[in-house]
Amino acid sequence: MSLDEIKIGGLGASRRRVEDNRFIRGKGNYVDDIVLPGMLHMEILRSPVAHARIKSIDTSAAWDMPGVRLVLTGEMMAARNLAWMPTLSYDTAAVLATDKVRFQGQEVCAVIADDPYIAKDACAKIVVDYEILPPIVNPVQAAAEDAIQIRDDKAGQVGNKVFDWEIGDKARTDKAFEDADLVSKVEMHYPRTHPSPIECCGSIADFDRATGKLTFYVTSQAPHIVRAAVALVAELPEQQIRVVSPDIGGGFGNKVPVYPGYVVSILASILTEKPVKWIEDKTGNLISTGFGRDVYLKGEMALRKDGKILGVRMNTISDHGAFFADAQPSKFKIGLMHSAFACYDIPTAHMFATGYYTNKAPGGVAYRCSFRVTEAMFFQERMVHAAADDLGMDQAEFRRVNFVKDDDFPHRTAFGFLTDSGQYEKCLNVGMEAIGYKDFAKEQEEARKRGKLLGIGISTMTEPLGAGNSREYDILGIKMFDSAELRVHMTGKAILRTGAKTQGQGHETTWAQIVAHELGIPAEDIVVEEGDTDTAPFGMGTYASRSTPVAGAAVSMAARKVRAKARKIAAHLLEVSEEDIEWELGRFYVRSNSDRGVTIQECAMAAYSNMPDGMEPGLENTAYYDPPNLTWPFAAYFCKVEIDPETGVWDVLQFVAVDDCGVRINPMIVEGQIMGGLTEAYAMANMQYQTYDEEGNCIGANYMDFLLPTAWETPGFELYEVVTPCPHHPIGAKGVGECATVAGPAAFVNAVVNALSHKGVRNIDMPLMPNRVYEALTTGKDVYGMPPVRSGN
Amino acid sequence: MSSLFEEIATPPADNIPVRRITVNVNGTDRTLDVEPRLLLADLLRQGLDLTGTHKGCDTTNCGACTVLVAGRPVKSCTMLAVQADGREVQTVEGLATPSELHPIQEGFKQEHGLQCGFCTPGMMLSAKALLERNPNPTEDEIRWALSGNLCRCTGYQNIVKAVLWAAEKMRAESN
Repeated sequence: MSLDEIKIGGLGASRRRVEDNRFIRGKGNYVDDIVLPGMLHMEILRSPVAHARIKSIDTSAAWDMPGVRLVLTGEMMAARNLAWMPTLSYDTAAVLATDKVRFQGQEVCAVIADDPYIAKDACAKIVVDYEILPPIVNPVQAAAEDAIQIRDDKAGQVGNKVFDWEIGDKARTDKAFEDADLVSKVEMHYPRTHPSPIECCGSIADFDRATGKLTFYVTSQAPHIVRAAVALVAELPEQQIRVVSPDIGGGFGNKVPVYPGYVVSILASILTEKPVKWIEDKTGNLISTGFGRDVYLKGEMALRKDGKILGVRMNTISDHGAFFADAQPSKFKIGLMHSAFACYDIPTAHMFATGYYTNKAPGGVAYRCSFRVTEAMFFQERMVHAAADDLGMDQAEFRRVNFVKDDDFPHRTAFGFLTDSGQYEKCLNVGMEAIGYKDFAKEQEEARKRGKLLGIGISTMTEPLGAGNSREYDILGIKMFDSAELRVHMTGKAILRTGAKTQGQGHETTWAQIVAHELGIPAEDIVVEEGDTDTAPFGMGTYASRSTPVAGAAVSMAARKVRAKARKIAAHLLEVSEEDIEWELGRFYVRSNSDRGVTIQECAMAAYSNMPDGMEPGLENTAYYDPPNLTWPFAAYFCKVEIDPETGVWDVLQFVAVDDCGVRINPMIVEGQIMGGLTEAYAMANMQYQTYDEEGNCIGANYMDFLLPTAWETPGFELYEVVTPCPHHPIGAKGVGECATVAGPAAFVNAVVNALSHKGVRNIDMPLMPNRVYEALTTGKDVYGMPPVRSGN
Repeated sequence: MSSLFEEIATPPADNIPVRRITVNVNGTDRTLDVEPRLLLADLLRQGLDLTGTHKGCDTTNCGACTVLVAGRPVKSCTMLAVQADGREVQTVEGLATPSELHPIQEGFKQEHGLQCGFCTPGMMLSAKALLERNPNPTEDEIRWALSGNLCRCTGYQNIVKAVLWAAEKMRAESN
């Protein structure tokens, strides 16, 4: 009698996506697709230089152009107390520059005109007189004693340091290093990059003077946070602010912060009393919005001869650009960097982290990761690789020796996180089998005899996904829970809304599957809506792989509340007491007579037409979910490469990804997330970086300089699955969206380094461009630091 | 059918010359007065409300704005609208009939060849141009044909599968 869960599109069904129906027809609704009556268009004038004092701004020629409605400067923003805004890390960021420009691409003026072409023309007519100041483009320059102070706007700011931060047990870790048989050391740089969704940022502000209501369409992964920010910064009453995130053309962390263009478009709409659209171009996106990474590491590992890790020291220096604008839980200065080594049983660890201001774009955001976890896991797996080599130990065996064992959960990591589940060794074994690990050493040796360079790289990690719980995780004091609201209509169909916001993850498909699993309502009977703060319950949005762990859990809990009410209705309809009722998917029945039952749809109809005496009508509920812990997925990635010794070009021969993200709601979508993440990992390892020349010019300011892999160079990926359900999530799911971006880069780099280790190479910093690999293979020396800046600078 | 009022893409300022052009878009002749500098992508999006053609990079790299001009894939952010005068343009909106999806559209859905959907229209039109000249492409030929279209979500593997799926269906239909 029970329904077939796969047939109704429940848990485990590779259900085809609902949202595709509009996307494949070109009927998506992205911000730039929205046209409102009388809408004006805004363009931003950006600073061409990295560091300069603004002597004067002449906007008269722009005002004189036909079709120009408004020209805004920092001074005009300041008159309304809007020249500066708070960042997600308790810093301030300029909206439009008043005193100085502090990075190339910083917003200086805005023109609002009848069409975007006129707005662009008018920007070109604005004359800004700059007094050039020396630019600071890396933390070494920033830390110099005689360095010019970038943030002279901040009272009490000394020098260019943003923060010092320390975590772990220093005394105990020092002792571990004294007792070590061997200390393995590495230094490396995780280069600056950009999340670079294909769709840039944009907004439409529509202020209605008559009602006092602001409707704000915006490319935001967290629309409810935007509403709160607008209420606090612009001092508009929160009930009069409706934020709508329509379809989003990729986010990857880039669309979490509030950007100056958003704020300016709001003021422009208030002043012009017209809707104002701002659509950023690609260069604007690449040089001014949240970047990722740009962290230097000195790592040390204390080792015992038999391969046991006794202790870890990490010393990081991060480059935050002109404004400290990381999106991260407020307690942690450098995000969750201290999640490093969570999958290994390590007695003690200590981390010291320092952050600096530079004349570079502000950030950095968590690019497809949870608050700096990508850097943490990359450093971890590069340190592990180096340590195994230094010990002369097999890479897989070294990991096996140090893994937290299956029956050692819950496990408190050396930096204080509590991991709760996993089968690390099993994942390792699946991957080793798939890639043919045991035969590789022989293969590699034979290839070397033929002049070929083969390498294998492993990357294994567990990472904290799904912030919060609210005890430990908040952003600007707002606790990191999430929400879902489920309304079942009288015909048994339903609408579900959550506080998350899909940007390609497929929430419209998967959330309905969770409801189908909990209630037995076919997924196709459930519509999912997100992103409109007037209709959806408050939530913290979609980033840090937190949708399934937090909002997804809220969906389950809301559905369970609905089921609890439906049970009372069922008892009424079946004329038995509630205790005599049993549930099977989609149906309540009488325990003593399973033929006597009512479906969830019959209960829904009764909730509106035949409810028991004294019961509130209707069948709906809302759940706010505060997870007891983060979720801890595990990844074991294996990469096999061949390097061309004549050019340094490397090709991926095989890539095996074993992912344990707990129970998979929609396996097709999970695999899509993993393949996409692996491609971004490959991009990072290979080509996708930004650097700055000595004058502070951003190298990587468009897609001709900032390289993204195409279908042609992207390798194929072989995916494998292990399932260890999350012990605290209602349906046993863990986060997965960013596992591959986080664990992936080290697999590629470890493989290339492995291919060259017989020449004495221990490290090549990303990106592993052919010239850098060639340098390593011809010199036998490590290649460090930022990639060279090309000629002409 | 649009009125002339709707078809004027951008109200020109007094001193800016306009050119009258006729472009056949998805099978229908559209006549418009346009500024000579108007980009084809903006004509389609703003002038004709065909917002399925997306703008990603403005530098002819990302391919989100790919449309077919006389059957060949063109990045419409780098072509002037006046250059399309007298020619046939096909956009994503012209792929499906009212009753039926194009096999490429079906393939992208069946093989999960899209996530955020932003690159998808351009990707599908590049695929269509490929399958029209090569109904039975290898995986490498598909990857090469799509190498002017960037995707940040999918990792391309399922896009390749989607095109193979469509190719098979189109061959079966033509037999």
